[in-house]
Amino acid sequence: MTRFLRLVGRDLRLALRQGSDASIAVMFFVLCVVLFPFGVGPEPNILARIAAGVIWVAALLASLLSLERLFQNDYEDGSLELLSLSTLPMEAVVLAKTLAHWLVTGVPLIVAAPLLAVLLNMNAEGFGILVLTLLVGTPILSLIGSIGAALTLGARRGGVLLSLLILPLYIPVLIFGAGAIDAALNGLTPRPHLLLLGGLLAGALPLAPWASAAALRQAVE
Amino acid sequence: MPVFAGTELTCLRGDRLVFTGLDFRIEPGEALVLLGPNGSGKSSLLRVMAGLLKPLRGQLSWDDIAVTEDPDGHRSRIHYVGHLDAVKPVLSAVENLAFWANLGGAADPRTSARAALDRLGVPHIANVPGRYLSAGQKRRLNLARVLAAPATLWLLDEPTVALDRAAIALFEEIIAEHRAGGGMVAVSTHVDIAMPGARDLHLDDFTPIPHDADEDVDEDMEGEHAA
Repeated sequence: MTRFLRLVGRDLRLALRQGSDASIAVMFFVLCVVLFPFGVGPEPNILARIAAGVIWVAALLASLLSLERLFQNDYEDGSLELLSLSTLPMEAVVLAKTLAHWLVTGVPLIVAAPLLAVLLNMNAEGFGILVLTLLVGTPILSLIGSIGAALTLGARRGGVLLSLLILPLYIPVLIFGAGAIDAALNGLTPRPHLLLLGGLLAGALPLAPWASAAALRQAVE
Repeated sequence: MPVFAGTELTCLRGDRLVFTGLDFRIEPGEALVLLGPNGSGKSSLLRVMAGLLKPLRGQLSWDDIAVTEDPDGHRSRIHYVGHLDAVKPVLSAVENLAFWANLGGAADPRTSARAALDRLGVPHIANVPGRYLSAGQKRRLNLARVLAAPATLWLLDEPTVALDRAAIALFEEIIAEHRAGGGMVAVSTHVDIAMPGARDLHLDDFTPIPHDADEDVDEDMEGEHAA
């Protein structure tokens, strides 16, 4: 367990010292959302109507942006080889790196989301549920993304390939994430959406590290 | 007394047989030197020994027990030093090393990391970020890894690349000490590393097809680096 936390700590330290990855994801997220009022016009009702979907789609794209680097650096400098030779199981390595990735890129999105919701004139009743869906949803994005990042390791133009592989898998998360917010805004209960989102997280938590670990073992061979 | 041995090993990379029918045996205190021209499979054999690469046929055993039956146990008793130095540019030398020492099970990673840097003659780089280290310093930092956490079997792939003569002499002493303490070493090298009583293993003896063109061999080496 301490080794697991050590790896999380090392990845956090690397991310914070390099700085760019974490801030790029959140800046991309903000810019992406800010573009919409320019595109669809400043009509408050329209913006309020599309706010939930826009924020969720922007969150998907922002999380995708930094995923390519999840294993890339460790793969290129030989660290991944050594990690696979350590007594820490590969699944734990994946989980630790994904957790660090989520803390660095996912959490800032959750913090920034309510501000963007204000910008898009979302009804204040939806704010709590927006944060809640992102809190459950963004870890799923990181987990599913880790599979793509592991599979495209060493491939040329891995980033594009990663998007093509992963974006379709993000669709359920998007549907239930945005659906929960819409339900809450229309006076319905968001509970079923949230439960399904929770189910996706419960499924991704054991399955994604297992699949990523298998792909990584192939990559280091 | 533990014995690390391989029997009838066959290694396939891509669609090329690298070596076949290879046997080796390392006993405590022994060193095995892998010799052979580029592309003869020295790196591949070390990767097979480490468990990074699965042999097509044959098996590795530790104390007559197949390594595949206890992969975790095998990982905890080896140190593998490959071509890549695994140095993070934004972490200082001692931070880089302490992380691996911790993962390798050192009781006090920071202290053992500093001690290992001392032993390799580079105590002054302890607080220097990885990006400012020279190729030789990075290599010393990578080699310091084998000292920072204990392990019985050292698998060293061209450990002397980028090292100066003084560092090579220092490293010879370190290997001698490790062997005196009952440790085992398998090393591939083009440079002479003085290891009294080491056993030689000529990999070209196990190459199934004779090499005919030099370009062919070069391509194979590139393939190995990429892997």
